[in-house]
This record gives sequence, C-alpha cells and structure tokens, in this order.
Amino acid sequence: MTGEAVISVRDLWKVFGHKPERVPRSAELSALSRRELLDRTGCTAAVREVSFDVAPGEVFVVMGLSGSGKSTLVRCLTRLIEPTSGEVVFEGEDILAAGPKRLRELRRRKFSMVFQHFGLLPFRQVVDNVSYGLEIRGAGRAERTRRAMEVIDLVGLDGYEHSYPDQLSGGMQQRVGLARALAGDPDVLFFDEPFSALDPLIRRDMQHEVIRLHREVGKTMVFITHDLSEALKLGDRILIMRDGKPVQCGTGDELVGAPADDYVRDFVRDVPRANVLTLRWIMRQPRPDDVMDGPELGPDVIVRDAARAVLAAGKPVKVVKDSELLGVVTDAEILGVVTEAGA
Amino acid sequence: MAAPSRPRRRPGRPVLVAAVLLLWVAVWIPAHGVHTLGLSPADLTPLHRWLNDVNDTIGANRNSSPVFLYFFNEIRAAVDALVTFIQDLISQPSFGRPVPVLGWLGVVAVVAYVSWAVANAKVALLAAGGFVFFGLQGLWQESMDTLALTLAAVAISLLIGIPLGVWAGLSDRFHRLITPVLDFMQTMPTFVYLAPLTLLFLIGPASATIATLIYAVPPAIRLTAHGIRSVPRPAVEATESLGATGRQTLTKVLLPLSKRTIVLGVNQTIMAALSMVTIAALIDAPGLGKTVIKALQTLDVGTAFNAGLAIVVMAIVLDRVTTAASERARPSGPVPRFRRPLAGGLGVVTAVCCYLSYTYVWAAEFPDGPGLGGALSRGADSVTAWAQAELSTVTEGIKDLITYGLLNPFQALLVESPWWLVGAVALALAGVLGGVRAAVVTAVCVGLLIGTGLWQDSMTTLAMTIVATMLVMVLGVVVGVWMGRNRYADRIIRPVLDAGQTMPAFVYLVPFLALFSATRFTAIVAAVVFAAPVAIKIVADGVRGVSATTVEAATAAGSSTWQLITKVQLPMAGASLALAANQGLIYVLSMVVVGGLVGAGALGYDVVAGFSQGQLYGKGLAAGAAIVLLGIMLDRIARTSSPSKTTEGN
Repeated sequence: MTGEAVISVRDLWKVFGHKPERVPRSAELSALSRRELLDRTGCTAAVREVSFDVAPGEVFVVMGLSGSGKSTLVRCLTRLIEPTSGEVVFEGEDILAAGPKRLRELRRRKFSMVFQHFGLLPFRQVVDNVSYGLEIRGAGRAERTRRAMEVIDLVGLDGYEHSYPDQLSGGMQQRVGLARALAGDPDVLFFDEPFSALDPLIRRDMQHEVIRLHREVGKTMVFITHDLSEALKLGDRILIMRDGKPVQCGTGDELVGAPADDYVRDFVRDVPRANVLTLRWIMRQPRPDDVMDGPELGPDVIVRDAARAVLAAGKPVKVVKDSELLGVVTDAEILGVVTEAGA
Repeated sequence: MAAPSRPRRRPGRPVLVAAVLLLWVAVWIPAHGVHTLGLSPADLTPLHRWLNDVNDTIGANRNSSPVFLYFFNEIRAAVDALVTFIQDLISQPSFGRPVPVLGWLGVVAVVAYVSWAVANAKVALLAAGGFVFFGLQGLWQESMDTLALTLAAVAISLLIGIPLGVWAGLSDRFHRLITPVLDFMQTMPTFVYLAPLTLLFLIGPASATIATLIYAVPPAIRLTAHGIRSVPRPAVEATESLGATGRQTLTKVLLPLSKRTIVLGVNQTIMAALSMVTIAALIDAPGLGKTVIKALQTLDVGTAFNAGLAIVVMAIVLDRVTTAASERARPSGPVPRFRRPLAGGLGVVTAVCCYLSYTYVWAAEFPDGPGLGGALSRGADSVTAWAQAELSTVTEGIKDLITYGLLNPFQALLVESPWWLVGAVALALAGVLGGVRAAVVTAVCVGLLIGTGLWQDSMTTLAMTIVATMLVMVLGVVVGVWMGRNRYADRIIRPVLDAGQTMPAFVYLVPFLALFSATRFTAIVAAVVFAAPVAIKIVADGVRGVSATTVEAATAAGSSTWQLITKVQLPMAGASLALAANQGLIYVLSMVVVGGLVGAGALGYDVVAGFSQGQLYGKGLAAGAAIVLLGIMLDRIARTSSPSKTTEGN
C-alpha cells in the first residue's frame, strides 16, 4: 500500500470548543483522555492524532461506534468541517492550505460525497438533483442532462428521472445520492454511513451496488460505517476508531485474526471467523509425522472456501506461496474455526 | 410511596404566595383609602405638563431642527408618497380625475387574478366575492383606504424584513442580537408606540404606516430566519460538498427550501398589518378603522358592526389567499400543461377590466345598489335592541356576577391600598416566584409607575388585566386540555381559534358593546375573547406534546382520567401553561387598553384622550409608558414562575 497514495492524512486533529488549537499543540493536553480534556478545558476532541493513507482504487473503510469521530473525520477530509491541525494531502496537494476558491474547485471536480440522510432537494426532479453538481460548476443544460441520464442508468434508476425524491423509497433516494456523487466524475467518493438509514434488505442490495460500481468505475472510496459486517464486506482495509483515536488499521482478516486490543477483540467476537480468516491465520508448522503428499492451497484462501477441500483430502493440506511451504492445515484447524462460531 | 427528601427546605411556593396575599388583606383592612395617589381625569402632574411642552417644542422646531429636516421629515415624506400613490391607484380621486385610477371592477379583477396566480381558483372566487361585498356594504372607499395602507406597510415590512430574516438565518450572532429586539417589538401593546410616533411623524397616514411597520415586521424577520434555519442540514452539507458558493447555496437550496415558511411569514405580516392599520385610526389613519372608532365613540352599534364586518371579511380574504399561497409554495409535482395559456387569457381579461374601470364611470364608482350596508346596520341595531331587552336578565346576571364577585373586590383591594402596600406585595410575589432578578425589575417598575403620576389608573387597569387573565387561563386550561386529549375536539375547535386570531383586536369590541353596553366588563370580555385562542392553543399543544409513552405508562398503572390529567399531563405541560399565562397576559393587556374606548376607563382612556385633546397629550404619553411598565412587571413575574424552571439564570 505504499507508492502513490491518493489521500494521505497525517496527525489530524479536530477539537471543538474554545481555543481548540491549544490542545494538539500542548503535549500535556493532547495526552489527556476525552473526558479529562472536557473537564479541564471544556473542549471536545472529536478526532485525535489520526494518520492513514488511501491507495488509488482502494475502498478504505473507517469504522467506529457513534461518537467515535468517524463522521467528523470524513468531513475534515473535504473541509466541510475545518480540521484543527494536521495534514491532508490529496494527490500531492495540501488541502488544508487551499483557499476557498481552490477548495470549491476540488469539491466540484475531485471529490464527492454520499450522505446518510441523502441531502436531496425535494423540489427538484431526480434528473435535476443528479445534475445539480454539474449545474453549480456551470455546465450547460444539455450536457448536464446527458451526463445525468448516464449515471441514472448506471445506478439503476432509469425510468425514475422525472420523479420527485419524496415519491421514491429510501433505497432509491440513496441511489439518487449516489448518482449525484458520480455525476461529476470525481476521483474520490466519500460515503458517510450511506446505508444506515435503510432497512436491512435494501442495505444489502445497496452494498452489492457499491461493490458493483467499484468494479465498474474503479473509483477510490472512503467509506464510513458503524456496521462491522458492512466494513468487512466492502473494505480493502479498515480503520477502527474509538473516542476519536485510531485503534487499528488493517485488512479484515488482520482485524479478526490479530486484534490489536480488547476493544477490537470485543468488536470482532461475533464475526463468523470462517468467512473472514484465511488459511494464513490458522495454518501450523508441519510436524514430523505429517503426511506431506496432500493437495496445495494458497495462504489467502478464505477458510470457508478451503473447508471442503481440506476435509475431503483426509490428510494435511500444504499452504504454499511461490512454491515455498508456509505451513499445513488439517481437519482439526478447520473445525476449530468453523465450530467456534457463535461461541 | 413515602415522602422523599425534598430538595427545598423552606415552605413551598403556593404557601408563601397565600401568606403574602393574606397579609395584604390584613394590612388593607385598617390602611385602605390612604396614600392611594389618586389623580382625577382632568388633572395633570408636572411630568405631564413637561411632556406637553416637549410636544410643543418639537412642533415648533419641526421645520428647523436638522434631525427633523434631514431625517424624520424625509422618512415621513417618502412613506406618505408611497401611501398616497397606492391611494391614488385604488381609493382616492387622483390625477385630476374625480375617481381613482382603478375603479372597483379593475380592483376586483386584479385581486382575483393575483389570488389565482399565487394560490388557486377557489380563493380567487372568495377574494372577488369579498371585495364586491365591500362595495355592497357601501364601504368601498374606506376598504380601499385600509387596503392601501396595509399594502404600503406590508411592502416596506417585507423589503426590510426578508433581507434581515435571511441575515438572521445565516448568522448566529445577528440572530442572537435581533431576537430580544423582536421580542420587545411584539410584546409591547400595539397602542403604546402610537403616541411617541406622532411626536416624530405627526398624526396621519405616515405615522400609521410606521406604527404598522413596527408591529408587522417581526413575523417577516422571524419566519424567514426560521425557514432558513430549519433547512435540513444534509441538504446544505451536500450542496457544499459539491462546491457551491455561498450565493449558490442561498439561491438554489436555502431560499427554495424555506419558501413555504417565508410565505407563512408574509401571511403573518399581512394579518398583523391589517390589525394595526385599523387601530391606527386612533391617530387619524383613513379607512375602516376610523369608521369603527367613530361609531364606537358614539355607541352606534349598527355602523360599527357594518364596518367591523368589512374588516373581518378583509381579514378572511387576505388570510385565505396567503395561506393557500403558502400551501402552493410546497415543492410538488410538475405544473399542469394548461396553466400557462390560461394565465395569459385571464391576464387579458384582467387588463380589459382595468381599462373599463379606468374609462367608464359605471366600472369606476361602485353603483349605489341595494344598500346592503344600511340593511346590515339596521339589522345589527335591532338585534342589539332585542338582545338588550330580552337577554338582559342573562347578560346582566353574568355581568354582575363577574363585576361584583370578582372585579370590584379585586379593584378595591388594588386601588384602595396605599401605594407602598401594593409595591411591597408585588415585590414579595416577584421575589417568591421569580427570584432576586424579578424582584429588582418589579421594584424599578413600581418606582417608575409612581413617577408617571398615574398610579391609581394603573391599579384599575391592573385589576382588569388580572381578572381577565384569570378567566383566560380558566378557559385555556379547560378547553386546552380537552383539545389536547381529544383529536376530534381539536379538529373542530382549532380552525375557529385560528380564524379568531386573524381578526383585528377592535372587531371584538362590537358584539360585546351590543350585549353589555359601555362598561369595564365589556372591555374584559372582549379581552378574554381576544386572548383565549392563544392560551388555549398553547395549552393544547403542551398537553398533546406529553410523550405518548408516559401517558401509556400512567394508564397502565391504573390512573383514572382525572389523575392522568392532574398528575401527568398538566404537570408535564407546565412550561406550556406558563407560556400560555404569559402570552394571555400580554394579549389581555393590549386589549384592556383598547377597551378604553368602550368605558374601561383608566390607562386606556388616558391614552385615547391623549390623542384627541392637546392638553392631555403628555398624560396620554405617560399612560402609554405605564402600560409598558405594567406589561414588563407582569411578564417578569409570570415568566419566571414557570414550574419547570425553579432557578433563575440557568
């Protein structure tokens, strides 16, 4: 994940309250817990010391419970909320140094955002909502209508372009929000808990929709959610936040296989591990008595997908990468993961 | 349940209040009749004479002092020009013609067309019908004068109010700054600033328009700001995230989304303006209000009724049209295809009507037709005569019950107490109910009241105000609880209350003058009827606002209906009760003063006399100040006695 990061965040702080800038500057204040800081200074630290990089084409998920600062964080990235200190570098440009005009330009061309409560304009038809971003950047009517119809088609709303938002279901309204975000052809899409207000079945549909769109248009996405299964389903990498602070950042199987602390462990406890962990996490070193002529599998195969093969083999399966033997997996390891679900 | 440890160790508030009142009566018995600071109607104090002198000095310097030459006179000239222009268009002979530019046919056509364009065909018909009715009543010119004044005031109000409202919607700082100013403008009884305004702008349409402006601009500012502020945050955030400029956000998101609330503000501004324009007849504003006042002063119920009815009809027309317009302003589906050609066609018809009314006398001057106005006056007169003859046992009974049972003892207690006793009682009540700050305000108000030289008149007005407010609260709680608990009752009563609230204050005096003739009681009844709708609606909303879960839990615990009301719904609606009392008080106070016209006497009479008699001008001004002082004092005591806020400055 090194190389050219699209977004690079360094030591980002957002403190609400009186004279917020003194908090990140002072080593003493910045070491306090949220509660102590509130009692001492009356300030609330919503985001503290957050650093991460997002690679091109990656789906980067920020996950945390309510109050963990994740929504504030995503707003700091586009400066809908002004960060208190730190650095947000987008394609090599420090966003925090951008003037109002440059910032508007970035918002018009480079980023766009999908909101939890959609933020649609009720007095405009779907097509005019979708083309709204193009309208405010000065595109002509014919051009923006043409482009709007393209993305309406892309998100599966064709036939509804002349409806008004209140005539659509929640899921369809969010498709409009998605289409509006895609219409400007931005480099990065930000999602702020876009599906939290939807019911579970629609939510699943929309998640698949995002996966499909990601496959088709290949945009970089930063996705905020409080739902771990959503994070695991969508995220290439996941950043877990607690009380404004990053707790752990890694791929789904890293979080489940090697939780950084009890908080993360508690979080991932109910995840069906067989669906997330790969063989890398359960393999063991070969023992002298192992029969070493079993089939071979890669280390990144998910346990659930490997189970049938391992159980059918009747002997240890070799985990091999680049023809190097990393370890072996037997019935015992597979069953250990599969049966512990729900424990 | 055992009595839990109560946080307050001193005796409860009701006990203290009762103790203060008992002590008052105990001291009153030996001390009544002394130090009452009486002043007979024709007497003046040095303050009043000094105010007269100020008035004379200003009158003498009006055309020489630079403040007047370059500021007040300019404003007056500009406002006068606007009013005169509208009057030339629709009500007064103008441009060397014996008739206004637009005759009745043109005005009716324009009103109907505009109503149709901003609202719908139904209210357009209502508007046309209403305006023709003015003509049939024989009040065409008076109605048009009232309309002209209202339009002028509304135009200026909106010109000032909407931009300020947008500013207050966008800027927290400005919002904080302007809210108390608007509160003050709205709580001051309307009448009070008429006198100071005449000092600056003379008696006449300019003062009337400016007074109306003061009263009518707050709703425009408030509702515009409220509309802008209640635009859903996500919509604003979304548009910002797409890179909209401040102007784009305002014109493409904030204004369209708050359009409905802003139109509602226009509605309230128009209704406030109409109400005030009629009252401004006291300072010689032309129109229907003048007809009503003249008739009230000569106790000519028939004429007052005819003109009052015209005011009601105008209020209904303006209210219905603007309410329908605000409903149309809701974002909705596409415009029907036939609307545009229809608009063009009707526009041509309207233009033809205007031309006809410009050219032909029959379309310019409303024909002397069946004389509906005379018939209405005579009908009202005969109904009044019948009611006074036949219902007198009932009406006199009610009147005597309230007058002798409630008003007289109360008035005796207040008026005959030495001033220091009333002052001490007010101070003690303020201290018990409101705390130190309320007591300080009360002390200052009592001191200033004595300074106005109108202590005894103030006490008479106070007695009427308190009696009327008590009646308002009884009505408010009984009807409010009923409406709050019963959706069916709510659905039937609420429209009646809404209609009642859109009526200009004056109109209420007419029927009660007919029933009860000119007495203090008439003023009290009119005040109760004027103030009750507000109180009832606030109580009803408070009771309705009690969380359904809590009510359900109390019902599940086996509460009877009475227990549910007294132990759950009323206590939880405590803040609403306090607000209802406060608002009721303000409304009553402003109406009790209007009651000065129909025999309520005291401060109201002083104010009215001040407008008409030069040597009483200063006294009228002082009376206006006394009303404001009473209002502030009562407001402080009543506001802080809200049960939900036991500590001050929280």
